[in-house]
Order: sequence, then C-alpha cells, then structure tokens
Amino acid sequence: MKNISLGFILFFLSINIFAQNNGEIHGDFDLNMQSYIEDATINAVAADEVIRNNSFLNIIFTKNNFSAGLRYESYLNALLDYDDDFKGNGIPYRFATYSIEGLEVTAGNFYEQFGSGLIFRSYEEKGLGIDNAMDGIRLKYKLLKGISLKTFIGKSRTYFTYADGIFRGIDGEIDLNETLELQSKTRYIFGGSFISRYQQRNNPVFELPQNVGLYAGRLNIINGGWNYYGEYAYKINDPVNSIQEDAVNYASGNAFTSSLTFSKKGFGITGEIHRADNMLLLSDRDRIGKAYIMNYIPTLSKPHAYTLLALYPCATQAMGELGVQLDIFYKIKKGSLLGGKYGTKLNLNFSRINGLKGGTSILNDNVNFTPEILSFNEELYYSDINLEVNKKVNKRIRYNFVIANQTYNKDFLEGKTPGEYGVINSTIGVLDLSYKIKKGHTLRMEVQTLIAKQLETASKKEEGDWVMALAEYTISPNWFFTIQDMYNYGNDDESKRLHYININFGFLKGANRFSIGYGKKREGIFCVGGVCKLVPSSNGLNLNITSSF
Amino acid sequence: MKQLSIILIATFLNVGTIFSQERSLPNIDVKTLDGATFNIQDLENENNPIVISFWATWCKPCKKELNNIAEIYEDWQDETGVKVVAISIDDTRSMSKVAPYVNSSDWEYEIYLDSNSDLKRALGVSSVPHTFLINSEGKIVWQHKGYIDGDEDELYEQIQAISK
Repeated sequence: MKNISLGFILFFLSINIFAQNNGEIHGDFDLNMQSYIEDATINAVAADEVIRNNSFLNIIFTKNNFSAGLRYESYLNALLDYDDDFKGNGIPYRFATYSIEGLEVTAGNFYEQFGSGLIFRSYEEKGLGIDNAMDGIRLKYKLLKGISLKTFIGKSRTYFTYADGIFRGIDGEIDLNETLELQSKTRYIFGGSFISRYQQRNNPVFELPQNVGLYAGRLNIINGGWNYYGEYAYKINDPVNSIQEDAVNYASGNAFTSSLTFSKKGFGITGEIHRADNMLLLSDRDRIGKAYIMNYIPTLSKPHAYTLLALYPCATQAMGELGVQLDIFYKIKKGSLLGGKYGTKLNLNFSRINGLKGGTSILNDNVNFTPEILSFNEELYYSDINLEVNKKVNKRIRYNFVIANQTYNKDFLEGKTPGEYGVINSTIGVLDLSYKIKKGHTLRMEVQTLIAKQLETASKKEEGDWVMALAEYTISPNWFFTIQDMYNYGNDDESKRLHYININFGFLKGANRFSIGYGKKREGIFCVGGVCKLVPSSNGLNLNITSSF
Repeated sequence: MKQLSIILIATFLNVGTIFSQERSLPNIDVKTLDGATFNIQDLENENNPIVISFWATWCKPCKKELNNIAEIYEDWQDETGVKVVAISIDDTRSMSKVAPYVNSSDWEYEIYLDSNSDLKRALGVSSVPHTFLINSEGKIVWQHKGYIDGDEDELYEQIQAISK
C-alpha cells in the first residue's frame, strides 16, 4: 500500500514537473447511447440489453516537440449499426511521437495516407464504424527544402485486435519550386509511394505470393487559379486463398485518378475522372468487409447532406469502375436582377459511374482478360445530376433549393440477383428555408420529396415515393429543437406507407454539446466517401454527449 | 487515510495546474491551396486575434457559419483586426472542390487543407463545424462546437474581449 501511494506521489510529481515546463493535456469525449424497442411495422428489433453504448475518450499530452496520447473506447454493447466485433472496453489506440531537426518519430498507433490513398489509407470514420489505425513505427523526415520522406511498418487494427497482414510503406514527395528555389509562378510537386503486405502462405494447392506490392506515382501542377492532380497506382497479383482453380485470380490491379480545377472570384469548375480495376487492398486476404480495406478510392459523386438526396448513395467498386464528375460553382453578382441584394450562389454537379467493359481483370489457367482502359457505355452503376441554389433574400430570409435526378443500380450495388429490383431512377426536390425571427432566434424548415421510378420488369418492388418535412427552432448560442417526419406515401404495399418521426432536443455551450432524441430510423445504407454500411431499422431513444477540453 | 487525503489534494492541485493553462497550437503541417506546406504554429496576425474554423464542403452548418461571417468580415477586421482561418477537412473525395467553392463564394479567409485530419485529431475536433479563438500570444482561449444561426454574435463578443 505504501509503495502504491509512493508511486502515485511520484506520478503526480512528475506531471507537476511537466506542467511547470508548459506541458499540456487536452482531449475530447463522445458518448452515444441508444435504446432499442421492438417495432414490427418497420422490422425494428428490441435489444436484449435495452440500451447500447458507444463511447470514447481521447487524451493527448503535449510538451514542446513531444506528444503522447491514448483513446479509451467502450462498446457495451456496440450500437446495432456497428459490427458486433466492437465489443467491450479497451485502449486500442495509444502513441508517442516527437520531432527533432526535421525527423519525426512515432511509435504505437498512427493514421497515414499516401497520395490520394489509392494504394494506402489508414483512417478512422466513427460514423461508419471504421478504424484501421496502424500499430507500429513511423518515421517522417524533411530531407532538404521541399523534399519529404515518410516510411512505416505496422499492422492494422480491426475492432479490438489486429489483422494478419504486416504492412511496410515508403512515400516521397518533392516540391520542385522549393527544392530548386524556382521563381516560376507554376508549382510542380511530384510524389511516389510503395506499399508491401506480408501474409504467410497457407494454401495447400497454389503458391500464393506472401509479399504483395503496390506502387503509385503522382503529379500536382498549380498555377494561379489552375490546379491539376493526377495519380496512377499498380498492384501486383494478390489472389484469394482458394483451392479452386477458377477462383484464383493472378491478374494485377491498377487505378488512376485525375482532376483539373479552375477558379476565380465568383466562379469555379472541377472536372474529375477515375478508374479502378482489381484494386482492392485488404489487410487479410482471407477476410472480406469494410474493416479490412486498406486503400481508398472515393466515389466520384457529390456527398449530399439532405436526407432524401442521400437515400440512394453510391458505393465505390474498387474491383472495377470508371467514373467522371463535373462541378460548376457560380455566384450571380450582388445588385443584378437574379443576384438581388446579396448575390445568388449556384452549384451544378454531374457524376456518372459505370462498369468496365467485360468486367474486372482476370488471369488464371482458364481465363485471361483485361478490360479496355476507357469505356463509357457499359453497365451504369450510378449517376446524379443536381443543381443547388443558395440565396439570402433579405436580413431575415434565406433559402437553399436543390433539384436532382439520380439513377441507382440497386441490383449491382447491393448485390441482388439481376432483375430483382433493377435500376431505380429518382427525381428529388429540396427546399430549405431559414427565417430569422429576432436576434438569436431562427426557424428553419425543410421540405423534401423523392419520386422514384422502377422498371416494370423488376420482380420486387422498391419503396417508391417519399416526402419529408423538418422544422428546427434554434436559439443562439445554446438551444436547438428539431422535429422531422419522413413518409413513404408511395409504397406499393399499403401496410408499408409509414411515417418515420424523429424529435431532437439539444443544448450547446462552448465545447460541450448534449442532445437527446427519440424516433424511428429507416433501414438503409449510409456512406461516407463511397464506403458504406447498412443501418438496421430502429425505434428508440438516443443520447449524445460530446465534449472537448 | 491522512496519506490518501494528501495524495488527493496533491492530485487536484496538480491537475488544476495543467488544466488551467492556456492551450497552444500543435506542431502540425497542413497544405495551402497552392500546394505549399504550412505549419499551423506559424499562424500569425500581428498580435491581433485569430479565429480558426474547421469546415468541409459537404457540411451545411459549416458553410452557413463561414458565409454569415463573410458578410460582416470587413467590419470585424476594421474594428478588431481579427483574421479568420478556415481549415477544410475535405479528404480526397471532395478536396478538389475546396478552391472552386471558396473562390466562387468570395471568401477572404486564409484557407488550409487538413485532408488526413492530422490537425483535426490533434485539436480534439470530433465533428465540424468547430471554432477556436486564438489570442495575441497564439493561445487558444475559447472554442465552440457546432453552429446555429446567430452564433457569430457570441464569437464576436469573445473576439472583442481579447482584442486590444
């Protein structure tokens, strides 16, 4: 006992020493609790635990060029939209890092991305339940002015454990203008990266590669309002662990992404194209699922924030897709007829994603196939054309109006049998209106409608038309209250013409936010960046507390 | 028991010392819109206040906050010398839309890209928008999560309180 006390005293004494030298401790906290009750009308199930919980606390200690931190996570048990394997309590994330004379050393957990992520990205996305943090050693070094190197070795996290593969990576970037001290107005940045995954071979029939390598090269040219970014990535063969000859695919994979942007005052335009073929990188060749994906090929479509615009979201097909996207931003000047007193903002967005001609690359004893590089007339996976108008009318009224048409290949994107649901085409309208009642008091209303069309030949009926309305009252700086209803009025099955009502009440002060809500959630797909999860329907109360210190 | 009390008192005293300290900006690199690397500790505004606002092109309340401030930004600058720094957490998916959105919106802010969320993590930002106020010594003196219409008034009161 005496020893323990002594230990405590020493510990706090040491913190005190740090404190005197201006060490700092900061962090953030998040608590999410949800109750689940049965609701047969929407197929919501009750949870045995009644209440489930996802929470975490981040703590970071910093002193000069040293920092160390940890995250305590608690899933007792995890919310139903999380994978079951998030179970229990633990400290799955801890790190120490310091930097000295251009060298940064990290031991423990870290998040890393090479280039645009085509060959490697380790990240966390709480909303999706993804956290593939690396655990190992990472070095970053600024070699010369404008030249930086990164290298690491580690294993990636899955839930509370680590996946089988060991990753080694190196990435270098050179900013020519800084290194050569060019006076040019055009900036040239080149980069290259290499990743290798080791996983022991255990196939009795085929000699699978134990070390799978990937490399990528990138280029960024910037001149005033112009910006070009291009990256090409290649992956050597990475067959699945099967003893069936035709399931083993020895083809290599590749991907490229390319974007060109121009903008000036009041105007901006972005055009993008990307293609992926057989380009899925997993942390364990024997597993499937989003928890094991280690590269990032974001979907080339606009991330929508309004509910009905995001009802049919697009998931990236890393095994084979070709996508294009165009965005135009324009602000109609103040004082003009259409601009009014404050100007009017427009954003036109178009995206289209289709399959590769003949499918993804395959190479085994029976088949040898490589798709054409560019083919735009193949099976459509997703397309979206939308126009957003944002306008402040006067000191009190402001609105946002969106009209969109989306095509969603449900059979393909959700892995259904061809012909089951077919392709869903939906036309969506959104009006979001804010009215300032008096200083600090604002009433905001949303009305959304989705009209869906489905091929007559489909064997199963999709949900049909939706309408949604929302009212939100906010009192700055502390209070908000929201009520919303989503109504599936157009469902062919009359017993499924249901209302999904949600109410939310919240209090914010400085770095703390409390909110409590009650309502029904529809079963659906929720995506961030083209990575998606299935959210089961639910009915219940939720409590969310976030805090930062 | 007596020993325990002493330890507890010592603990609170010590923890108190740490927490009561002002907070500095971390040693983290972000990117400028023209591709240069910038260390966030190099932010400066001739000893005037700095507002750091985390946002993303897909975040409605973030854009609302920064658009609302944009309308009164000139007045704020004239009266307090404040500078607003908008840090985009857009990742590869939407990063290429940051410059077109910012320029077409006529924002006069300093813009940085934190596409791998390094700065976001170091500052304990779990969701956007999240706003910090930095004083003349480069210390964070106030922060706010979320945005609802009218929050800029509270922010401005905080700016006025620390501006000379």
